Amino acid sequence: MRLPLSWLLEYAAISLSPDDEAGVKEMAERLTACGLEVESVEPVGQDITGVVVAEVVEIEELTGFNKPIRYCQVSTGDGQDRRVICGAANFVVGDRVALAPPGAVLPGGFEIGARKTYGRVSEGMICSAAELAIGEDHSGIMVLPADAPLGTDFVSYAGLRDVVFDINVTPDKGYALSVRGVARELAISYQVPFTDPADVGLLPGYATVSPDVYPVAIEDATACDRFVVREVRGGDPATPTPLAMKIRLARAGQRTVSLAVDVTNYLLLELGQPLHAFDRDHLAGGIVVRRARPGEQLETLDHVVRTLDPEDILITDSSGPISLAGTMGGVATEVSETSRDLVIEAAHFSPRGIARMSRRHKLASEASARFERGVDPELPVRASARAATMLAALSGGTAPPGYSTAAVDIEPVTISMAADYPDEVAGVIYGLDTVLARLREVGCTIGQAPARAPAEPTAPAEHAKPAALDPPAMLAGGQYTSPHAQADHGKHDRSGVALLVTPPSWRPDLTDPADLAEEVIRLEGYQNIPVRAVRAAGGRGLTGRQRLRRAVSRTLGYHGFVEVMSSPFTSAADFDKLQLSADDPRRRAVRLANPLSDDEPLMRTTLLPGMFRTLTRNLGRGFSDVSLYETGLVFRPRPDAAPTAPILRVDRAPAVHELAQLTAALPDQPLRIGAVLTGNVDLPGYWGAGRAAGWQDAIEAARDVLRTSRLQFDVRADQHQPWHPGRCAALFVQTEEGHEWLAGHAGELHPRVITAFGLPPRTTAMELDMSVIEAAADALPPVQSPDLPAYPPAVQDVALVVPDAVPEADVERALAEGVADAGDVTLESLRLFDIYTGAQIAAGHKSLAYTLRFRAPDRTLTAEEASTARDAAVAEAARRTGAVLRGA
Amino acid sequence: MSAPNNTYDPVEVAALSPEELQRMQAEALAAIGTASDLAELKTARIAHFGDRAPLTLANAEIGALPPAARAEAGKRIGTVRAVIKQALSDRQAELEADRDRRVLVDEAVDVTSPWDRHLDGARHPITTVGERLIDVFVNMGYEVAEGPEVEAEWYNFDALNFPPDHPAREMQDTIFVEGPDPSQRSGVVLRTHTSPVQIRAMLTRPVPLYVVSPGRCYRSDALDATHSPVFHQIECLAVDEGLTMADLRGAITAFVDAMFGEGLQTRLRPDYFPFTEPSADVSMECHVCRGASTKPGGEPCRVCRSQGWIEIAGCGMVNPRVLVACGIDPDRYSGFAFGLGIDRSVMIRHGVSDIRDTLEGDVRFSRAFGMEA
Repeated sequence: MRLPLSWLLEYAAISLSPDDEAGVKEMAERLTACGLEVESVEPVGQDITGVVVAEVVEIEELTGFNKPIRYCQVSTGDGQDRRVICGAANFVVGDRVALAPPGAVLPGGFEIGARKTYGRVSEGMICSAAELAIGEDHSGIMVLPADAPLGTDFVSYAGLRDVVFDINVTPDKGYALSVRGVARELAISYQVPFTDPADVGLLPGYATVSPDVYPVAIEDATACDRFVVREVRGGDPATPTPLAMKIRLARAGQRTVSLAVDVTNYLLLELGQPLHAFDRDHLAGGIVVRRARPGEQLETLDHVVRTLDPEDILITDSSGPISLAGTMGGVATEVSETSRDLVIEAAHFSPRGIARMSRRHKLASEASARFERGVDPELPVRASARAATMLAALSGGTAPPGYSTAAVDIEPVTISMAADYPDEVAGVIYGLDTVLARLREVGCTIGQAPARAPAEPTAPAEHAKPAALDPPAMLAGGQYTSPHAQADHGKHDRSGVALLVTPPSWRPDLTDPADLAEEVIRLEGYQNIPVRAVRAAGGRGLTGRQRLRRAVSRTLGYHGFVEVMSSPFTSAADFDKLQLSADDPRRRAVRLANPLSDDEPLMRTTLLPGMFRTLTRNLGRGFSDVSLYETGLVFRPRPDAAPTAPILRVDRAPAVHELAQLTAALPDQPLRIGAVLTGNVDLPGYWGAGRAAGWQDAIEAARDVLRTSRLQFDVRADQHQPWHPGRCAALFVQTEEGHEWLAGHAGELHPRVITAFGLPPRTTAMELDMSVIEAAADALPPVQSPDLPAYPPAVQDVALVVPDAVPEADVERALAEGVADAGDVTLESLRLFDIYTGAQIAAGHKSLAYTLRFRAPDRTLTAEEASTARDAAVAEAARRTGAVLRGA
Repeated sequence: MSAPNNTYDPVEVAALSPEELQRMQAEALAAIGTASDLAELKTARIAHFGDRAPLTLANAEIGALPPAARAEAGKRIGTVRAVIKQALSDRQAELEADRDRRVLVDEAVDVTSPWDRHLDGARHPITTVGERLIDVFVNMGYEVAEGPEVEAEWYNFDALNFPPDHPAREMQDTIFVEGPDPSQRSGVVLRTHTSPVQIRAMLTRPVPLYVVSPGRCYRSDALDATHSPVFHQIECLAVDEGLTMADLRGAITAFVDAMFGEGLQTRLRPDYFPFTEPSADVSMECHVCRGASTKPGGEPCRVCRSQGWIEIAGCGMVNPRVLVACGIDPDRYSGFAFGLGIDRSVMIRHGVSDIRDTLEGDVRFSRAFGMEA
């Protein structure tokens, strides 16, 4: 919201020059401090000098150019006429204009000089509005009022020196989208008198309903509760908009259109009330506010023909829809350069109805922005009166004093609030006087319980005003507590004093005690809230799952992996590149209604494609040895998911079954951890050659994660896309209850996947489900300290020959379990130290060489005992896997 | 082998004769004196002073002497042993000194040469700074609460007092999950903030309640240097009896002290969030220039753009309507909430000027931050 200082000061009695930099800065800070954040402060008009008011004395039309050119003689009244070239033709001899003679400076530091052009010497220029930065109008020069004094400095004549505040108005503060609202806040901040612009410029009798004015009716009370119409008859449609109004509109960022439109826009900005002018000649029959009917269409002022939705709120006449209520008018009834008789509408529409309509038609206007944020429902009578009065006065027409209206009664909102509630919220003792004073400043009426002093039936134009309350009387005994007050939060005062607060009609955002507390607290200043020392909250620290996540992250980091955060968006093309089969569950993805990019409309179901792209980005930047890891959620819709999540009530906690309905519509969102590796993991150097990352490194990264979790786990060969079918491991964790859960996969990627994603050959990857790992690890009991016998170990080596197809892990497990069955000898460690294939052993076989390290808790093992244990281990391996002792 | 023996055999005990002992001593001293390094000295020690050295064996024969001769012989052999021991010790010291002078110098290596055989790993600063932020709150006694990123609208908006069709919903450009057909909305969104976790926490945990919820959020923002459609927030929520804005300010102050350094001023200004009332945005004094850039003649500050203040967070008192939607009695309990961007904290604290650096996964970026923030 852009508003010039001069406009605000018209209603807030503050004395401040636009040249007072410190004062202007303070004002911006005060606005921000009261909740109207000033985003920029822009001085305007300061960069214009030397422009003066002049009169056109003579016009010579030059010919022979590709556009009409005038050579004009202009006078500033000092007897030294100047001649200037002008490309515009919208003026006649005798018109007063803004002349920039040589030496004048225009916005942007543009200095005017005498120069030769079109074969003549031009001593300056006649300015358009755009050249003076008070509008966008390049179409012609600016013709000034006939009484503009000749020779006067134009900047001071037009009041161009000003400051424009750009205010970021939050969605709750509809009232601040107006001079009226902002000036009121300024008046409170500076503690100066405020003149309500809604009270000025009204003629006697403005509040009378007249049967002579164009008839209106409201058909749907949920769409509109106030509809006011006035007429202006016989105005001259060619009347120019007054210069001062044009300048203010320009400062506020509004285009100048025509007098009727400019006046309605001006009052929209000043009061916050959207107004619309219809050409009376194009109306037929009474105006009715109603919802759209099936199949109805309307061409709006932006020349879009819109098919209407049955929920749309319309202004209609007997011809059908003529305007999208509170959003945009229709072309058919638009005021034009021939419109002499106008019908002016001022209404109050359902905020939600306007919001929905505006979204539905993707049509946001100044009007809809205000209606959806809340417009003062008491404004239509006044705003329409001002519009009619101004238009009639300016255009030479007449405005009948009365109005025609349709209205629905609205109950005024009354809030019961404990008098010390603001104190309780802020942690500051404000005291009753302050609370009452602040609430009154924002326009609230504070009174007795309605049961004691029923509100008078009020006319539509009047606020409901409960009996005023004398603060000292109220302190005496708390007799103003309403006996009928509902159980309403913030209502109960420790001292038993409850206030019945009626917010002003322009503050529909004030509905709860908390809203009132905020008014008091913000006006008293957030800077005056003390800092109270933090009280200990008694938390139990991080959970085991949270600690595990950190430990896993550190494990991979210390093992040389760099953490990245890839984009979580994906597409079916990624699933194809991953070589997923048509029925792979990873193809079932959350689809977005409005994705950031149409190329990636899905949420990831695996971390890998995003990581592949991050990997190739690093390769593209000149890194060849890259190991990355990432943790993040993947999104896996359940086949039995509910199609939609209901919107539950908010006036109480939902029931368990209601929450279950929400959960049922959400996908599973497990936390995954992934890693991808390419290039060397061991770097070459003066110590020797490096070592390229292989399938083992990806599987080892997965093992590192599982070891960090302390879970027992098992590694098995698997075939699972996107991995190489012969180089893919599935990792399973064992739960405390003896179940086995799949934790994920690791290994070398499938060559087709590598090609599809443009990865280096032999790229390897792993992806584990941290949610599975965390759930299993969460159930682990604390580690129990092991025995540490000091008796010496006995070490034995064995080499076993097995067929190639036998997994090493099976042999290892058989050896371990074979020892376990052989009595009280402990196999302290079992380590594979060699794998041999070749001439020394049978084809299709491999030799696995192990070191077994035995120890007993209570004695030194004899060589015989160690051999017996080893033989038991070998026997078990032979039994399970067909292993044969090498050389046996 | 010797044992108490009264039978005197002069042959067997010849080794204890003074001459013989003198000879052994001379040989030992010669060997010690000619040992040229510690290894040779060790050999000499074993030969002349070890378990099988002639002198040691002779010592064992004392028992074979008649009682009257034992004292004399013992004294003789003890003297010789002491001489040899002293010689060994002296020579040991000499040779060690020699080694320290000569050998260790010869063995010197270039310890500055690298041994960077492995890749440097690193964690992402959003992770590590996020952990630090969490720890600040956990140390104040908060617990970490988590929630889903694909979230029901009710949690993301309605329960947080975003009324249906209210323009407040437009403040956060929302990415919606597609409904079952074009006419039906799914009621599911990518969460636009971590605040729905507040609702989940209030619905599932007992009050008093102190939780901090970090996590990834999504908005339909165009990616530029300061905005990312995928970003990270962290927010704290306290619900207890008698909490006020003064407590909120206390939490904010403690947080800024821990994260950016002690003694920085903080400033609250009115703002609007549907789920808090009153609401405020939080700025802190610039931790880099501490306001110096705003003074006349002050050096410009890149971090605060010479404003002296940096906006870091949004906060407020939990709107009683939110408590009601979570089944918490607003007459008894009040709460405050305080949320900030983790990405933004990384940018402010570490001078990241382009948020895209946090997203692209360039290994140089994370590596610059190492393992801990």
